[in-house]
Amino acid sequence: MNRIIEMSQVKKNYYVGDVVVKALQGVDLTIDEGEFVAIMGSSGSGKSTLMNIIGCLDNINEGEYVLDSVNVKNLSRNEYADIRNQKIGFVFQGFNLLPRTTALENVELPLLYDRNNRIKHPEIKAKESLDKVGLSDRIDHEPNQLSGGQQQRVAIARALVTEPALLLADEPTRTLDSRTSKEVMALFQELNTQGITIILVTHERDIAKYAKRNIVLRDGKIIEDFIVEDRLIATEVLQSVTDGAIHEMV
Amino acid sequence: MKWSNLYKIAIKSIMKNKMRSLLTSLGIIIGVSSVIVMVAIGEGSQRRIKESFSSMGTNMLMISPNWRKVQSVSKGASGGRNSLTYDDIEELKISCPSLSGVSAIIKSSGQLIGGTGNWSTSVEGVDPDYFLIRNWDLSSGRIFTKREVESKKKVCIIGKTVADELFQGIDPFGQKLRIRNTPFKIIGVLDSKGQNSWGQDQDDIVLAPSKTVLYRLKGRRDVDRIYVSATSDETMSIAEEEIDTALRKTHKLAPGEDPDFRIRNQSEMVEMASETSKTLTMLLGSIAGVSLLVGGIGIMNIMLVSVTERTREIGIRLSLGARSKDVLMQFLTEAIVLSLTGGAIGIILSFLIAHGLTKFTELVPYINPWVVFSAFTFSGAVGIFFGFYPAKKAANLNPIDALRYE
Ligand SMILES: Nc1ncnc2c1ncn2[C@@H]1O[C@H](COP(=O)(O)OP(=O)(O)OP(=O)(O)O)[C@@H](O)[C@H]1O
Ligand SMILES: [Mg+2]
Repeated sequence: MNRIIEMSQVKKNYYVGDVVVKALQGVDLTIDEGEFVAIMGSSGSGKSTLMNIIGCLDNINEGEYVLDSVNVKNLSRNEYADIRNQKIGFVFQGFNLLPRTTALENVELPLLYDRNNRIKHPEIKAKESLDKVGLSDRIDHEPNQLSGGQQQRVAIARALVTEPALLLADEPTRTLDSRTSKEVMALFQELNTQGITIILVTHERDIAKYAKRNIVLRDGKIIEDFIVEDRLIATEVLQSVTDGAIHEMV
Repeated sequence: MKWSNLYKIAIKSIMKNKMRSLLTSLGIIIGVSSVIVMVAIGEGSQRRIKESFSSMGTNMLMISPNWRKVQSVSKGASGGRNSLTYDDIEELKISCPSLSGVSAIIKSSGQLIGGTGNWSTSVEGVDPDYFLIRNWDLSSGRIFTKREVESKKKVCIIGKTVADELFQGIDPFGQKLRIRNTPFKIIGVLDSKGQNSWGQDQDDIVLAPSKTVLYRLKGRRDVDRIYVSATSDETMSIAEEEIDTALRKTHKLAPGEDPDFRIRNQSEMVEMASETSKTLTMLLGSIAGVSLLVGGIGIMNIMLVSVTERTREIGIRLSLGARSKDVLMQFLTEAIVLSLTGGAIGIILSFLIAHGLTKFTELVPYINPWVVFSAFTFSGAVGIFFGFYPAKKAANLNPIDALRYE
């Protein structure tokens, strides 16, 4: 199996005035292609910081980080930008959709920045991607005309449109109700079976159970790393919930 | 990134903020249109000066007394006041083969009574050659003859304005006209020439035989000016020399002595008259240029605000893989599109204003294509120049900081 992420002794500090905030204090982490990892930990433990570093949005201060066989520590700004565009799909904590811009245009956006023009017809590809997340009837809606769950799915469609090897999602279910959360997890599991490596951050234990592997952070360090034994399959859970509801009605 | 994508993104973000975009462009719109209109007004008046001079007559030369000299010498047959006489005219006719026409000009003015009322205007005494020299035809009637000039006949030819004022609906031909109580007979009406470069109505005039005006209206012997025409463009300078020689002879001037007359040709007169309006054009143009510059600063100001306002948007773009250069180019393209659109609207506006000015005022603005082109190019340059700093600022943002920006 191909190793997609290899981190050793990664450290990240933030400087606020004279105060140094040690957000990551030596993280060792390897993730292989096809994995589905949930990162957990209390607030302020460094989850988002780690995700931003994995997603090449931020540099590290110390240690080594090899992404898809490329040591990204000393890459230029442009090379960082290209990696973000080509290899990574990022679903942000707050969606980060462009306001007053239709769903379709939002999804199309990363393709406009693709220097290799891997995808010949951005608009068609963007429509396909929206179709995949079940939003083909909302392509002309702007973010403020969409529900939270729908915005989340637009963000996922945007992350997937470049066909990235790695999908990163920072608390994708935080603002969603439990049913919509399960639908999103079903989508992730399906994408994972198609071969996309997924890393997500979550607070909720039962959401983490949809992943194959869980990692727990505390104070910028990994304190737990284990394979999920009793993994949940979202489609089955959704089915049983529906059955249960019907059962109760009868 | 592809140019088409860049352009698409810029247009989208401009359209998303129509009001802001309009306000941004407003400075450029006003700047460009005022540059074009101001220069057009200046240039229009310059052109009108030139046109009116060419409407004065082809190959025309104007001889006038050199006042400084005349007053300091204060002698001779003229009795002091003027240096040009009929003797000069006779001499010019005899000894200047390069001249095709010579006419005395006697300037006067007075109250006209005739037809349906009265009217005050200028009366000029001229010779038959005058009509050839000034290339001025009659719309009806005939010009007066040499004999009528010599015998001081009280006949006159009236301009279009005078005809309209005094003889509405009546054919003025053969009618009586009293000029300062002296009765004249109208023998012709002049073609309309319109306004001259100083906005004077050239048709508001009465022409009469020079000697009639000189002796019957003014009671003097000297002439105010002499107009002559050279046989062709090429003989203009020869004609000037011939005139100089002839007048030096009649005025008994030693060779090399300052002449007591002045010969002016058209190009000198055009030069003189357009000098002031050229200065005016430059002044107006530079004031308007400053306003274009202010418009550019307006663009920079709003672009800077918009960079701050759109920090999150920039963060999103960067996080999706936009390179710094993409963001730089996006903001620069926006600035250029805004300023060029402003420039284009300004050009359209300036044409409308120029049209309105021509229609409703005395001004005749002339829009020079070159000025339009330069103003447009300049507005593009303003966009690049003032758009660059905000664009650079946007491009250098750190993606994660930009995303976190509240
Ligand atoms: N830009 C920053 N400047 C200074 N300190 C920061 C910055 N970003 C994060 N931190 C600090 O780094 C630590 C880790 O933050 P991080 O956002 O990674 O936490 P988290 O695990 O994602 O928390 P949450 O679950 O609340 O999202 C926190 O103590 C935080 O205050
Ligand atoms: Mg976080």
